[in-house]
Amino acid sequence: MSGEEAAVAAPAAIAERGVEVAGLLVHLCERGEGERLVVLHHSTGPLWGPLHDELAGRFAVTAPDMPGYGKSTRPLSARHPSHLAVLLNQLLGLERADRVHLVGLGLGGWVAAEMAASSQERLASLTLVGAAGIRPREGFIHDPMAEGWIAYAQRGFADRARFAEVFGERPAQDVVDVWDYSREMTARVTWRPWMWSLQLPDLLRGVRTRTLVAWGERDEIVPVDCAHQYVEALPDARLAVVAGAGHALDLERPAELAGLIFDFAGVS
Amino acid sequence: VFLGYFTERPYQDREADWYRSSAPMLDLTLSNGVIDPRIQADLYHRYFDEKLYVEEMGFDGVMLNAHHATPFCMGGGPMNIEAGILARITERVKIVLLGNVLPIWDDPLWLVEELGMIDVLSRGRLVSGWVRGTGRESMAHNAQPPYNWERFQEAHDFIVKAWTTPGPFRWEGEHYQYRYVNPWVRPYQQPHPPIWVPGAISRATVQWAARHRYVYVMLDSQLHLTRQVFDIYAEEAARCGYEAGPQHLGYMFRVHVDDTEEKAYETGRRLIEGPGNLFLDGSRGQANVWAQTLPGMSPRQPRDILPTIQHLQAASARGILAAAAKADSGAPDEPEELSEEEYQRRRYEIWDDVLGRYAAIVGTPDSVLPRIRHVLETLRPGNVFFWHGDGDMTHEDAMRGIRYMGEHVLPAVREMGDELGLASAFEIDPQTNAPFAPAPAAD
Repeated sequence: MSGEEAAVAAPAAIAERGVEVAGLLVHLCERGEGERLVVLHHSTGPLWGPLHDELAGRFAVTAPDMPGYGKSTRPLSARHPSHLAVLLNQLLGLERADRVHLVGLGLGGWVAAEMAASSQERLASLTLVGAAGIRPREGFIHDPMAEGWIAYAQRGFADRARFAEVFGERPAQDVVDVWDYSREMTARVTWRPWMWSLQLPDLLRGVRTRTLVAWGERDEIVPVDCAHQYVEALPDARLAVVAGAGHALDLERPAELAGLIFDFAGVS
Repeated sequence: VFLGYFTERPYQDREADWYRSSAPMLDLTLSNGVIDPRIQADLYHRYFDEKLYVEEMGFDGVMLNAHHATPFCMGGGPMNIEAGILARITERVKIVLLGNVLPIWDDPLWLVEELGMIDVLSRGRLVSGWVRGTGRESMAHNAQPPYNWERFQEAHDFIVKAWTTPGPFRWEGEHYQYRYVNPWVRPYQQPHPPIWVPGAISRATVQWAARHRYVYVMLDSQLHLTRQVFDIYAEEAARCGYEAGPQHLGYMFRVHVDDTEEKAYETGRRLIEGPGNLFLDGSRGQANVWAQTLPGMSPRQPRDILPTIQHLQAASARGILAAAAKADSGAPDEPEELSEEEYQRRRYEIWDDVLGRYAAIVGTPDSVLPRIRHVLETLRPGNVFFWHGDGDMTHEDAMRGIRYMGEHVLPAVREMGDELGLASAFEIDPQTNAPFAPAPAAD
């Protein structure tokens, strides 16, 4: 082994563990050191992706499988993303996690906003990325129910070639299985209305947490108008629109999104 | 044996581009802007006229169904209204609804009231079927699919209680809540109208029907696979301590009878043309597999899915079969450009295949009987529906077929039923397996 190769430390493995919350198992993936940063996944389900790797360079990243997704137990009585938010706030309590940087992607952004609305004291910052949860003033949050998982996932990318880089031309069956299983859980907690809450904008007016609202300029899933509404509702929010990017900023522009989060959190 | 008649009441417009196109009729894509209400008026009148003739020609029942937002069935919203009209204009036939899509009703008390009225108005001729619906029904009325099965069961329990328990009472269920249940109608049939359940995909539904001793009706599937489904019913019945018989089983298949073999073949072929049911054998339509198997609506595991032909669609949409990968291109495959000659050749090939599998039986009054007998011997249903007047069939085709069936086929099939011991659900009570008392002779 050459000296140069030896100097490059192998990245730490992703640690996995389970925590019992309200009698349900919540599965966590963790990596990195520093202040605690929690990432909530998209409606398509848990995925430790390039954004997580970037963030783990400067934070202790925790990526839970939200209740009902991935390896976490399905809470059969959950009917709304706010019910997942309650469980995840309980998780932070059990973990004695204070000064948490909370990052939510897509549906996970909605859950993160609900967490902040009901229990903001633990949060050092909030980052909402293409977050669902607010009704757009024009257009709709995209409904995937008449299209396949792959077509829906592709829609998250303004650059479809990047989709193929991340998932391959034909995503593996185990990835598709996660999307299928996740879609069912998503349909359990949001359906009518699809992906928005009438109450959320009013609740957010009481959230003092510093918030970054990050959005892909060409988001085909959640219209950019929702970003503006988040900024209007949250007393201390700033907006970052990434030119030319789609909904899945975390997969399409992971380094750029991580940079925005580092700057915002003051860890650049 | 009980002999019923069924048509989906398709919207036919032979001059329209969408109707004449040789491209597959894609599910959930045709705008209702193409509807001409004057054509629709004629068609509704036509289908009622045909049902009156069905009664006149000796059928025991007429069956209605409900699919929403599609040209292949005009009974989506109106099915119970149609049943109400039939309750008044017919005199003898059973009015079989297969059925109301329970999970899409947010207020099943409406069903208690509407169906109660239909039963009263018809003086006890309603058969009230329940279905879970295809995905299109949940899409059309925006019902949350993961709770489809729960809502089906709770709505059923609520409706049966409302029919059988003097009110007022309160209902605090998981999906339905009522402060004051006291509908001002009680079913004519006591304790309540017969409940039948059709199915195609879910093993749980068959077992549920068997546990309730409800008639289970299979719709146009391959015979040996249908037999397997009936065996699942029988096994569940045995677990519940009773023996399932023909009175518990129903089967529906396409039949057309005409002047000559050639005419029957050509006219019968219209059953699979036009805006025929997208999900069934030989249809020229193409279903949207994603919308049809919404998340949480159909089972994820092959062991929970019935071995019928329709299961392939559900399985592929669930990623169970490799076909899913091919299907997941975001849109149905682009239709091939076919010459008219090649298109017709393929349609005839499909029709021959449908006939070969007994999914349709066509011929002269004499020639259809051995094939009908084969179906009855194989499946032993006590409750049989002839599916007719559908797809691209004209009123004249339908009336001619009904006449031949009434004059020649029904009497022969009744004899067959007696010979094979196929007692209907109106001869032997599926709830008790005891024969019903014969109706008192008219004065």
